Amino acid sequence: MALLEVARLEKHYPLHAGLGGSLFGSRKLVHAVNGVSFAVEEGQSLGLAGESGCGKTTTAKLILKLLHPTGGMIRFAGRDIAGLQGPDLLAYRRQAQFVFQNPYEALNPRFTIFRAMLEPLIIHRLGDSVTARIELIAEALQQVHLDPPEAFFMKYPHHLSGGQLQRVVIARALLVQPKLLVADEPVSMLDVSVRAGVLNLMRDLTRGRGLTTLYISHDLALISYMCTTTAVMYLGTICEIGPTAEVIGRPKHPYTQALVAAVPDPDPAHKVAAVEISDSVPTPLHIPPGCPFADRCPKVMEVCRRVRPVLQQVEGVQVACHLYGEVTSANA
Amino acid sequence: MGLLDLDGLAVEYQTLHGAVRAVRGVSLSLPAGRALGLVGESGCGKTTLARALIGVLPRNARITGGSYRFDGVEMLALGRDGFNDYRWRRIAMVPQAAMDSLDPVQRVGDQMAETMVLRGGMTRSAALSRAEEIFRLVGLEPGRLRLYPHELSGGMKQRAVIALALALRPQLVIADEPVTALDVIVQHQVLRMLRDLRATLGVSLLLITHDISVVAHLCDDVAVMYAGRIVEWGPVGEVFARPRHPYTMGLRNAFPSLREHQEHLVPIEGYPPDLHNPPQGCAFAPRCPFAIQRCWDDDPALTVADGMAAACHRASEAAALRVEVAQAFERMVKDEAPAPAAPLEVE
Repeated sequence: MALLEVARLEKHYPLHAGLGGSLFGSRKLVHAVNGVSFAVEEGQSLGLAGESGCGKTTTAKLILKLLHPTGGMIRFAGRDIAGLQGPDLLAYRRQAQFVFQNPYEALNPRFTIFRAMLEPLIIHRLGDSVTARIELIAEALQQVHLDPPEAFFMKYPHHLSGGQLQRVVIARALLVQPKLLVADEPVSMLDVSVRAGVLNLMRDLTRGRGLTTLYISHDLALISYMCTTTAVMYLGTICEIGPTAEVIGRPKHPYTQALVAAVPDPDPAHKVAAVEISDSVPTPLHIPPGCPFADRCPKVMEVCRRVRPVLQQVEGVQVACHLYGEVTSANA
Repeated sequence: MGLLDLDGLAVEYQTLHGAVRAVRGVSLSLPAGRALGLVGESGCGKTTLARALIGVLPRNARITGGSYRFDGVEMLALGRDGFNDYRWRRIAMVPQAAMDSLDPVQRVGDQMAETMVLRGGMTRSAALSRAEEIFRLVGLEPGRLRLYPHELSGGMKQRAVIALALALRPQLVIADEPVTALDVIVQHQVLRMLRDLRATLGVSLLLITHDISVVAHLCDDVAVMYAGRIVEWGPVGEVFARPRHPYTMGLRNAFPSLREHQEHLVPIEGYPPDLHNPPQGCAFAPRCPFAIQRCWDDDPALTVADGMAAACHRASEAAALRVEVAQAFERMVKDEAPAPAAPLEVE
């Protein structure tokens, strides 16, 4: 059974269109997440890729119950998380942990590292005694290669570098033995030379514990390194999802193809293919009735502007694109 | 002699905790019409260097030594007014976070015209028609000159800022992270536009970025900066294929690539040195798996061999070091042992 199941998830934000808009009741909606469905098996790692504004961070926040969905359902270990309250919600929070994008803001500047690490133990009532808690914290810091851990106990966040801080954030998330770890752009604030260390650490720690992970990133290279499954989001919907090697190695959706082709390569001998799609950034305010990508798509057909494509199985991946419509109808 | 020649340029910041030597003797040369990419991590001094070149250092910073020649003229000897003759007319800049560098309460066209009138001594009508011309060049409809910055998308703002830099037909454009804040597809298109512009205008470009892929896409030469110094400098293809400095070698294995399948990334252990108190020897020695005693004792100078320059005592052995570089950096991670000679034992 899938550990995490998301079905037809929606999140709409009302747009405050000034005084006139609110007086005359013309409420516009931003469709941040517009019908997202996927499932993550236990121990799997899913990467959510897409440009800024495609709804990937909103999806993560909905899963962590930091936001309430407008529609759809999220199931964790078979249980709908919508109605969770009190002790059940607390238990869920322990099982689903978050690694934030900006480690400089994820730790209270007035707390020592020890105090910051102690907080989740207090909240979730873990560790029977002070010594047990000290041991747990020391062990967690050691696992993220902050060695010797005691040397970091009394340090404040401003004493540490970005890479060290992100290690603390990871250690803190893993301290409560979660089942699901959601990481939103975990290394984008870090320097290139320390990124690899943090990525390796997250990969080793999560694989070693059989942890289920969800990585949110705009960086396809990072996702291909970290994730077994990749989902590409566009304007609040998933346009392609499947095994990473397939999605990135043989992209099917024209948007995924453009994304992959647009990634610059450090090898100057590698000539980057021209990406023939417009750079006008779409707005989640007016989502067209048909395919959300139709306006930028180089292979747009008449049907794309009328009918919204749904995800369908094409050669081992799921693609929401009319180009592959005939394949499935022939198979069906 | 190049269009831009730097020799031992040094910049210091005065802080409460003493001087920070952000740029510690940078020597570089950029021939006219070429594009040089300056890559390095945050804090390596690349932005400070860029700001020194256009004369907009913050108040607590000052140039403490070296020479900066532009088109044969020693710029450091020019006074404030003398420098103003160059700024924007001959050396223009696309600043970091260019998207936030437009005035939100002025129409884009007015901002462009203002710059051209004040800096270029043009009439307003001449400036406006030049603005239309340059907008077409960067792929924007001239009609958008009437818009306010918030009415433009990120990619359009970036194009507008590039247009502003090109307005007075400068010889050199310094672009500081021109595509970092953009999404990958927009980034791709802005990079392509920059490449086309370089071909049509023949403008020289100094591109500052942390992303080596962007340099590979756009530049002829690359200079790698570490802790306020240039550690390697040469043609992009050469530096990429045959890096001679261990830092450049290490970077290649340190971030994921989409096209090369990597089972395992190898980080560069440790952190850059504190520039309050720069080390006596090579600044990279504490993180370098190949450091020898000499590296701790004296700082290697940038030495040219076969058209490539590297600041490394072991540059002549680079070919052999490249073979084992991944394993060597990996060992540093695993052992977490200090490099062969600990800095305290030196003296």
